[in-house]
Amino acid sequence: MTTIDEARAATPRPPVARSFAAILTRDLVVTWRELPAFLTQVVLQPLFILFVFGTVLGDLGYVGGDFGAVLLPGVIALNAFIGGLQNTALPLTLDFSYSREIEDRLLAPLPIWLVAVEKMLFGTVRGLLAGAVMIPLGLLVLPGTEIALASVPPALLVMALGAFVGSAIGMTLGTAVSPRGINTVFAMVLTPLMFTGATQFPWPQLERLPWFQVVCALNPLTYVSEAMRAVMVPQIPHLAFWLCLLVMAVAGAGFAVAGALGFGRRALD
Amino acid sequence: MNAVEVENLTKNYRGNPRAAVDGISFEVRHGEVFGMLGPNGAGKTTTVGVLTTRVRPSGGRVVVEGLDVLREATRARQVLAVVPQRTNLDRSLSIRQVLQCHAAYHAVPRAERRRRADELLERMGLADRAGDRTDRLSGGQAQRVMIARALMHEPRVLFLDEPSGGLDPQSRLFVHERIAELRERGVTVVLTTHQMDEAAKLCDRVAILDHGKVLALDTPGALVRELPGSNTLTLALDSAEGAAAAALAAVETVERVEELPGGRVRLYTSHDPGEVLPTVVKALAGHDLTLAGVEFARLGLEDVFLRLTGRELR
Ligand SMILES: Nc1ncnc2c1ncn2[C@@H]1O[C@H](COP(=O)(O)OP(=O)(O)OP(=O)(O)O)[C@@H](O)[C@H]1O
Ligand SMILES: [Mg+2]
Repeated sequence: MTTIDEARAATPRPPVARSFAAILTRDLVVTWRELPAFLTQVVLQPLFILFVFGTVLGDLGYVGGDFGAVLLPGVIALNAFIGGLQNTALPLTLDFSYSREIEDRLLAPLPIWLVAVEKMLFGTVRGLLAGAVMIPLGLLVLPGTEIALASVPPALLVMALGAFVGSAIGMTLGTAVSPRGINTVFAMVLTPLMFTGATQFPWPQLERLPWFQVVCALNPLTYVSEAMRAVMVPQIPHLAFWLCLLVMAVAGAGFAVAGALGFGRRALD
Repeated sequence: MNAVEVENLTKNYRGNPRAAVDGISFEVRHGEVFGMLGPNGAGKTTTVGVLTTRVRPSGGRVVVEGLDVLREATRARQVLAVVPQRTNLDRSLSIRQVLQCHAAYHAVPRAERRRRADELLERMGLADRAGDRTDRLSGGQAQRVMIARALMHEPRVLFLDEPSGGLDPQSRLFVHERIAELRERGVTVVLTTHQMDEAAKLCDRVAILDHGKVLALDTPGALVRELPGSNTLTLALDSAEGAAAAALAAVETVERVEELPGGRVRLYTSHDPGEVLPTVVKALAGHDLTLAGVEFARLGLEDVFLRLTGRELR
């Protein structure tokens, strides 16, 4: 009888890196093909938020003239974060319940946790796209607002990190909840996340509402919004940039590990 | 070394007290076509799931091509391929893209991917549909695409979970021919089926599974031969019901008597029917019964199956 070691020798080393690249390429190619539909889907809601809260309420005099400067970085952060979250969680629940399309990937010669990493990376790319497309659109809708060209690269970095945190949370949610419960959970989780994430207000100025300030401090999105303000509109009070980066990194890593573990449980019966 | 070795495999799904697979052991030799027969819920798909690294076993040892599927899952996935019971084709892609993407996941170089895709599309009768999206295929076409996909990385062991479920006779025959062809090429094939004719025709050896256990394992021919009373004589008699049965049950070489409608009686025997007939005629004569007709038959794998697994529905 041949031993396991001999069998190992007879089978080439698994081409993990190339396999990972092929899986990511497949996802990117499919996204590229449906890019117009994808962009339409991700820009509509934030566009209306910017227009109504920034332009309309500003013109009517209900909000100050510089509210647009507070709102735009927040909305970009929100779009990247939620983009990452939804684009990871929703396809996953479909894959694990109804279509089972992901089985082909689960049978590829790479460890299952790397398939989870690929899905999170891909969710991050989609979140980053959803955030980045809001920069030009935001400037268009909010004519009074200006951002320095030099702030764009760090803003993209913050978007990427924010999208990654969102994607990792999406992976955790999408694998922890049964496909039947996902709609309920989404409704219960998404709205509170969106409105306690310092998207529509600068967190330091919540001093007069201390309990709400504490609630917002627990939401990872707050740090994405604040970091975005730190790089785009530094004149507005914001949390320290390094603190935001640290929280995003720690939250992202924590949820990524939880998500990958959940994915492993879900992927194997 | 065998292509597949399964030792005391058990599987308990979470939240299901009954074991789906309950301590099965078997081996599949290199180049063999091995069949797993069993009624619904017998544990066939679960076994294939464990063998293809998709289901975590609760106990036992499972080795494919010398690789432990639990500890060497990533390596094992390089040498095996599976055609699942239910379609799981990537619906965002065309047929050709499905094949090429699968090969890319297995790190097959680009030119080689193209060459193999062309060849398999041709071989599977899909060449004229290569550009179609996979969400508009019929069941039989999807099945053929999944077989082609499985072969893209040239596996040494191919698992087919009900390869002809829901196929028309033409497609079924086509799939059978492809399986025979794989056997010629030395690929080890493990398939599951409920169809006895399919198992008898394709498989070198067959395991009959029920309630997660292996009930019998042998060549289809041997399974039938070893079935007690695998020869039958069906007698047509002019007699009152019941009378003949009692008379014939006394014949030593007859193992079982079954009364059929219309005054007919079926006898089961392991002996040569020609040997049994004279004693039967004598016994009938002793009871003043006359024989109007007789028919000989041999049981098939289906009878073995029903005998082992019973008649009730799952
Ligand atoms: N994911 C699962 N969770 C819980 N129980 C399961 C799961 N999959 C299968 N089972 C149970 O395990 C048993 C064996 O199922 P399996 O799918 O292996 O049978 P099968 O022989 O393939 O049947 P069929 O011929 O209908 O395909 C069944 O009782 C089934 O209900
Ligand atoms: Mg099955």
